[in-house]
Amino acid sequence: MSTTTLPALTPVKDAGVAASLGRRRKRLDALLRWFCIGATALALLFLASILLTLVLRGLEGLSWATFTREFQPTTYGDPEAPTGGLLHAIIGSLIQTAIATAVGTPIGLLVGTYLAEYARGSLLGNAVRFVSDVLLSAPSILIGLFIYQLVVLPMGGFSGIAGALALAIIVIPVVVRTTEDMLQLLPNTLREAVVGLGAPKWKMITLVAYRAALPGIVTGILLAVARIAGETAPLLLTSFGNSVLSTDLARSMASLPIAIYQQANSGFPDLIAIAWAGALIVTAGVLILNIVARFAVRSRS
Amino acid sequence: MSHATTLAAPARRRAGDGGDRLFAGLCLGAGILVLLLLGAIILTLFLGGLPAFRAFGAEFLWSTAWSPVEGREKYGALVPIFGTVVSAVLAILVAVPLAFGVAFFLTELAPPWLRRPVGTAIELLAAIPSIIYGMWGLFVLVPLVQQYIQLTLGDALGAIPLVGFLFASNSFAGTSLFSAALVLAIMILPFIAATMRDVFGQVPAVYKESAYGLGCTRWEVMRGVVLPYTRVSVVGGIMLGLGRALGETMAVTFVIGNANRLPTSLFDPSTTIASIVAMEFPESLMGSLKQSSLLALGFLLFVISFIVLAISRLLLRSRLKG
Amino acid sequence: MSSTSGLEAQGMKQTPGRPAMAGLQARSEAALNATARVAVRNLEFFYGDNRALKGITLDLPERQVTGMIGPSGCGKSTLLRVLNRMYSLYPGQRATGEVILDGRNILDADVDINALRARVGMVFQKPTPFPMTIAENIAFGIRLHERLTKAQMEERIEWALTRAALWGEVKDRLNTSAMGLSGGQQQRLCIARTIAVRPEVILFDEPTSALDPLSTLKIEELIDELKRDFTIAIVTHNMQQAARCADQVAFFYLGELIEVAPAAQLFTAPQHARTQEYITGRFG
Repeated sequence: MSTTTLPALTPVKDAGVAASLGRRRKRLDALLRWFCIGATALALLFLASILLTLVLRGLEGLSWATFTREFQPTTYGDPEAPTGGLLHAIIGSLIQTAIATAVGTPIGLLVGTYLAEYARGSLLGNAVRFVSDVLLSAPSILIGLFIYQLVVLPMGGFSGIAGALALAIIVIPVVVRTTEDMLQLLPNTLREAVVGLGAPKWKMITLVAYRAALPGIVTGILLAVARIAGETAPLLLTSFGNSVLSTDLARSMASLPIAIYQQANSGFPDLIAIAWAGALIVTAGVLILNIVARFAVRSRS
Repeated sequence: MSHATTLAAPARRRAGDGGDRLFAGLCLGAGILVLLLLGAIILTLFLGGLPAFRAFGAEFLWSTAWSPVEGREKYGALVPIFGTVVSAVLAILVAVPLAFGVAFFLTELAPPWLRRPVGTAIELLAAIPSIIYGMWGLFVLVPLVQQYIQLTLGDALGAIPLVGFLFASNSFAGTSLFSAALVLAIMILPFIAATMRDVFGQVPAVYKESAYGLGCTRWEVMRGVVLPYTRVSVVGGIMLGLGRALGETMAVTFVIGNANRLPTSLFDPSTTIASIVAMEFPESLMGSLKQSSLLALGFLLFVISFIVLAISRLLLRSRLKG
Repeated sequence: MSSTSGLEAQGMKQTPGRPAMAGLQARSEAALNATARVAVRNLEFFYGDNRALKGITLDLPERQVTGMIGPSGCGKSTLLRVLNRMYSLYPGQRATGEVILDGRNILDADVDINALRARVGMVFQKPTPFPMTIAENIAFGIRLHERLTKAQMEERIEWALTRAALWGEVKDRLNTSAMGLSGGQQQRLCIARTIAVRPEVILFDEPTSALDPLSTLKIEELIDELKRDFTIAIVTHNMQQAARCADQVAFFYLGELIEVAPAAQLFTAPQHARTQEYITGRFG
């Protein structure tokens, strides 16, 4: 190797070319930097515009009646008529979200456990993970169509339970993702220590692993709730919406997103104002859930 | 210790085994349920759409008809498919450069104290429900598009031969393919940006330093080293955004104008599969041909977005292994 | 060139691990007679509030190899990262004092960092081939600073790979991915990529710590060969490596430069008790 004749160092490089290239490269770099700053500023501007619009127009429509009254027809042309509220929609949303979370969470938890504790690397496990990930981003309106065919059609009409089931399907993959991620973060020595004490695997998982992964799992549930709290499309095809307060799961049920959708498209300023109030409530709830979920994980790591 | 466990084991093991088998069975069952769920969704949509496929045959795919008049009912999928694909692709074209800018800013350019708050803000953008995007789009963005963008672009570009027609529209409502693409772009931006930021952050510092060591600027390090390293995952992230844009319903429904004819201009109203289903399905008669046609559309949307999301997952998986 | 190289090889054969005294002596004398290419004066370095380098004053002699040794955390790698301003990438890291290269203090705020790094190249602990072909890896750095015709570029690539003792092994597969090379080959590719830009100074940051002994030997021979044209600084945790490669050795401890001397002197008659303890393996 060292016996090869080596070519000498070629002449010193042209400083002029290097300098002019350098100037061009720096200009391009600066251009790109400003583009990136601009893109980020634009994204933040969108967020600010959305939040500001929500707060300004939402507060305008928000009143005590929003939380205490059901839907009322427009007061347009009749200033004496009572203004409506969103009580029916808030109650409906709470019911459907609660059922959906109660149904979807255990299933998601079990699937996440299966993926992290039983199926590592197996073909079936990979298939389940893949399908769950696809469901996570699948168009939610199709889940509405599915539940329509499966529940609404046989029952002969829209129902609150159908809406809850549709939302439950959306909950599952969200919980699966965070559960699996959190369980996989646990060190194997923890599992071995528990099993080494003579505990069966299921007790190891339910008593120790779940407890250790709890903040992450709670985060997953909160994110799932935040996700379904604003879902509109699947509910259009399942619980449909209702202009009065109804807690009967077998009948069509109101929900905040649907109420917002219908009143926003009504064309009447007073109803649109109520829609904005509803939008503010939904968004505030969703963002608070997201921020709380974030802190639940952060305080851990 | 090992003695003790062997001695104590027999009695306990039986109980443990039963519990173990039950719990493992539950977990496995839940996993299989997820597989079945996907299968059931595909099957249900297909069976629901079958009468429409039977009635119209393959012509369903390229027919622009949408006539619910009794006796002469005829439905075709071309307009919604066209609107879905065009709005999603336009959204990607707008969102990808912006998302790249955000990700580049967050990983390389921003001072550290700014990274977390800005990153969190971008993630919150992803958490806002789509119906809110719809309302904001309709009441804030659409008027802007109507008053400024459409007229400006129409005047400036409408007269250009060959492509001018894209910008010249007779519809001045503001609700249009363009507005829908814009809202979609804003919605998918945080998803793409988050993926890009994560994969950019995974490039080992020593590779970046090697490039800096040769005298690279930040952009040259990005283009020469970081992007080639993360190319597969970046495409995966873009596909994820595309998958979301294809199936997005409420935001689009608010701003696209919901007109079932083939748009010739960016500023024409149009419709997408998801929004035509949202608009027309709830008020269609149970078991009608219209309902079947909408289910058939849903089936098509499922196939399209499944393919896109599957590709996205496969591309992003390699990141986890590497 | 071949005489030094020969001595090196002999040294390796004698007893791996013990410095080849003859070569060491010759190189040490050369070190005393060389002029400084880089002059470090009263350098202080801070990670936030933490002072990592304290009043360092050191010359890197022209076309010589300066070895930097010391226990981990002693500041030797930090010093290397000052010499090409790599630390500027990271907020909160700053340096005061002077590092003079061609009469210019490179710590000045108005120094063109990109141009500086073209003059002060760096090779890292781990091989860092870029995800592109072998030829593109070499061309990548050149294109930043020069405009070459296709023929000139090919010539330069061949030159760089030859100087990095890699040409023979890769000349038939220049257009295949660099990721397919072995670890040792990848590291020589990184050296080729660095010299292709034709820097004046090359910094090696523990360049063989991820390599097998045979690949290590090749890199060491290469460093010895490269000093004909380049001023070299090498950080190493391996004292034998310092003894095999370096003309001048600097010993660092807790952010201070304890002792700098021609290699033979530092290894045979260190002036400081700390140095003595370190090179005899009593700590570090």
